[in-house]
Amino acid sequence: MKLTLRVWRQKNADAEGAMSTYEVDGISQDMSFLEMLDTLNEELIVKGEDPVAFDHDCREGICGACSLVINGDAHGPERTTTCQLHMRSFQDGDTIDIEPWRASAFPVIKDLVVDRTAFDRIIQAGGYITAPTGAAPEAHSTPVPKPDADFAFEHAECIGCGACVAACPNGAAMLFTSAKINHLNVLPQGAPERETRVLDMVAQMDDEGFGGCTLTGECATACPKGIPLFSITSMNKEWLRANRKVAR
Amino acid sequence: MTRTIWDSSLGKKTVMAVSGIVMLLYLVAHMIGNLKIFFGPEEINHYAHWLRTMGGPVLHYEWALWLVRIVLVVAVVAHATSAYQLSRRDIRARPSKYVHKKPSASYATRTMRWGGIILGLFIVWHILDLTTGTVHPGGYEHLHPYQNIIDTFSTWYGNVIYIVAVVALGFHVQHGFWSAAQTLGVGSRSRDRVLKTVGTALAVLLTLGFVAVPVGVMTGLVS
Repeated sequence: MKLTLRVWRQKNADAEGAMSTYEVDGISQDMSFLEMLDTLNEELIVKGEDPVAFDHDCREGICGACSLVINGDAHGPERTTTCQLHMRSFQDGDTIDIEPWRASAFPVIKDLVVDRTAFDRIIQAGGYITAPTGAAPEAHSTPVPKPDADFAFEHAECIGCGACVAACPNGAAMLFTSAKINHLNVLPQGAPERETRVLDMVAQMDDEGFGGCTLTGECATACPKGIPLFSITSMNKEWLRANRKVAR
Repeated sequence: MTRTIWDSSLGKKTVMAVSGIVMLLYLVAHMIGNLKIFFGPEEINHYAHWLRTMGGPVLHYEWALWLVRIVLVVAVVAHATSAYQLSRRDIRARPSKYVHKKPSASYATRTMRWGGIILGLFIVWHILDLTTGTVHPGGYEHLHPYQNIIDTFSTWYGNVIYIVAVVALGFHVQHGFWSAAQTLGVGSRSRDRVLKTVGTALAVLLTLGFVAVPVGVMTGLVS
């Protein structure tokens, strides 16, 4: 396959960025999208040019490191992570636009790499449980109803990649925050911090400069793990409940 | 606690949802009242008088009406203020656009902000036209809504402004009702179809019910 790539190039956080055009040839349909970018970078290095910086780690769709907005879609045309997207989703001769996540809470560090530490600070605000350290306790000692376990697991699938923020026209982190809150709030292990978790994590989300939800549903469409839009509804319900409890 | 709620983006959304529902309930009552025009001047003029005596003899003349007006003003101000502040936050959160643009979200979803502004301006004109009579075409007569309404809808601009606003209202309610349900945490996977249907039904019902009046005047059904 021969492709034309239009890639966002930006030297550093303070520099002005722009789209640069590159031609790549000899791309196999079986290559992953990131392998295609590796091919481009090898050519750039040989030519003595600065390779394109992009985030990646596990390359098997479970770590949440890879990003990229491909032709206007977070993680590209398939419902998966960029690392699990393959070139067979494109045609020979295609022009592909590659841009970084866009949100003021996710400033560009270089090229396609953005600073997602705002997510870490949201987790630090309440995305944990209070548990004594030591050996893992006997699992059967804490019964969890099956529907609750399923609900928790559905939300625990969030890998924190930030595609929801990138896809949202308001740069909102509602889907990420709600997934993390719902995952723990429904379980007995998360019960001691049920109220403070939702209040503190939502407050941190606001402080980081993320936008609000206008229920366009773009986040849930982009999510590679299929976190449902109703996750946000559940978070709203938890937040209202926590405000009532704390007032009492 | 009030402070923390208002400072939070979720709190402002809650204010928007509750004030929106208050206005929606009023609109349903308003639309039903409007339809009385099709039963002649006696019927609707008497209704206008009743609006001032309702709640009596406990409440003095017009007290109940003023109570409704105060609630509505509070709802409009709360709705617009939270919408403005949330929109500012949203625009700040996404300052740079993507080079590769994709058409996204439904028409109703994308037009919430402009639709809201149109509705806000419409309310000002509507009150000056049919409540105070300030910009009313022809001689405005207090407590004679039948003739006043005919006067307004006998002008081309009266019809245009009104119909544009009512269509904007339909779109606004279609996305707004369902959104309010999500904000208040009552939405769920199993209830989604019901909520979407109710929202759309309310939007269609309000649009048709309100549009019926200018159409009635234009076609000579009301004269």
